[in-house]
Amino acid sequence: MENFNYHRPATTTAAVALLKKSKDGKFLAGGHTLIPTMKQGLAAPRDVIDLTAIKGFSGIKVSKTMVTIKAGTTHQDVTMSKDVNKAIPALAQMVGKIGGVHVRHKGTIGGSLANNDPAADYPSACLGLGATIETNKRKIEADKFFTGMFETALKNDEIIIAVHFPIPKKASHQKFPNPASRYAMVGVFVSQDGKGKTRVGVTGAAPCVFRAVEVEAALNEEFSAKAASAVKISAKGLLSDMHASAAYRAHLLSVLAGRAVAAA
Amino acid sequence: MHSISLALNGKPVHGQVEGRTLLVEFIRESRGLTGTHVGCDTSQCGACVVSVNGKAVKSCTVFAVACDGAEITTIEGLAKGVDLHPMQVAFKEHHGLQCGFCTPGMIMASIDIVKRHGKSVDEETIRRELSGNICRCTGYHNIVKAVQAGAANM
Ligand SMILES: Cc1cc2nc3c(=O)[nH]c(=O)nc-3n(C[C@H](O)[C@H](O)[C@H](O)COP(=O)(O)OP(=O)(O)OC[C@H]3O[C@@H](n4cnc5c(N)ncnc54)[C@H](O)[C@@H]3O)c2cc1C
Ligand code: FES
Ligand code: FES
Repeated sequence: MENFNYHRPATTTAAVALLKKSKDGKFLAGGHTLIPTMKQGLAAPRDVIDLTAIKGFSGIKVSKTMVTIKAGTTHQDVTMSKDVNKAIPALAQMVGKIGGVHVRHKGTIGGSLANNDPAADYPSACLGLGATIETNKRKIEADKFFTGMFETALKNDEIIIAVHFPIPKKASHQKFPNPASRYAMVGVFVSQDGKGKTRVGVTGAAPCVFRAVEVEAALNEEFSAKAASAVKISAKGLLSDMHASAAYRAHLLSVLAGRAVAAA
Repeated sequence: MHSISLALNGKPVHGQVEGRTLLVEFIRESRGLTGTHVGCDTSQCGACVVSVNGKAVKSCTVFAVACDGAEITTIEGLAKGVDLHPMQVAFKEHHGLQCGFCTPGMIMASIDIVKRHGKSVDEETIRRELSGNICRCTGYHNIVKAVQAGAANM
């Protein structure tokens, strides 16, 4: 691994200033994506700016209508949170399936969203629940946040501060994990709000997380497992690799959507 | 270079590290504690698991400099003199190892499981919770038996 300058700022303002001053700086949170990437030589930042010493960078707040998770909160803290388990059990359960427990002890929600891995779990929950991502500059709707494979709407010097999840009436997450890596081959997050509106966030199936609008339309007509799994998903644009073909992923999507509705 | 001070197996330790020095490199190469292993370069195998501030983490995926002030326990810190930790005894008695390469990480992870799930943790939980630790020898059955027995004696 290339060497770098390590910084540990105490405030978001200081972190942004350090990044702006650097020719090639990177924020570091749990490090469970960035460090493996640096080991492979796929990233070689000159300055690594550790966000974990920032005061108030992690924590969970639940109101009557909203679950707010600060960016530096680890996956383990989210899945173990009594408040999250009560307000949006599907979210807590999904986070409990991210990697293994050692990964959950370090990995954070902010790092996961900023990275936007095509197979990551949190992005599907953000789309499936209609979350809002709050940064040091603005609030971004999930629908506008995930812009492509490993791409987001974040500017270079923008730090995710917190994620706000509206509490749905019902929700469920279903994941078909790759048996070796535990990342989602396909993962589906379904929710229905108080007005009967459905959202379906899908990860693992395509180069970027997306909403399965055909499934949403069917579920807005009739919220049933049968309606969800009856939707024929086109394999066009879906991922095809050594683990599964695009057609297989398309099939998995409607099967998992059906299971999610049944469990919601 | 950065100066770091931390508690390693209960003893205060000071060191100089580069930004890129991984915690596992500091433990093995600077401190000479070679019980913590490196089995992969993709953060997947769990051979490097140690306890940092009471939590099991992969020491190959943490920078040493970020551990300034931390309390770290490695496999070497478990036994009291010649008396092995109950989890170490259980792995020995139940043939929870063959080549032994994964064992330090397995034992550190297992103690972490018992801490979170208690002495009577069930088989299903153990299997699920060991998903971040890979063993290429045993087929896991005896590891699971060892963890259950070790848990009961902790
Ligand atoms: C073995 C293994 C298995 C895994 N399995 C899964 C899985 O099943 N599902 C899953 O979803 N993920 C999985 N992951 C990924 C894991 O969840 C990562 O921890 C996560 O994707 C990145 O979070 P982090 O805090 O570690 O981020 P880091 O690695 O520290 O950072 C990742 C990127 O985000 C940026 N960043 C970090 N925080 C912020 C912030 N607040 N604002 C702006 N930018 C920021 C960094 O600059 C970097 O570019 C796995 C990882 C490993 C090693
Ligand atoms: S050496 Fe394989 S996970 Fe750390
Ligand atoms: S005993 Fe050989 S890898 Fe587990």
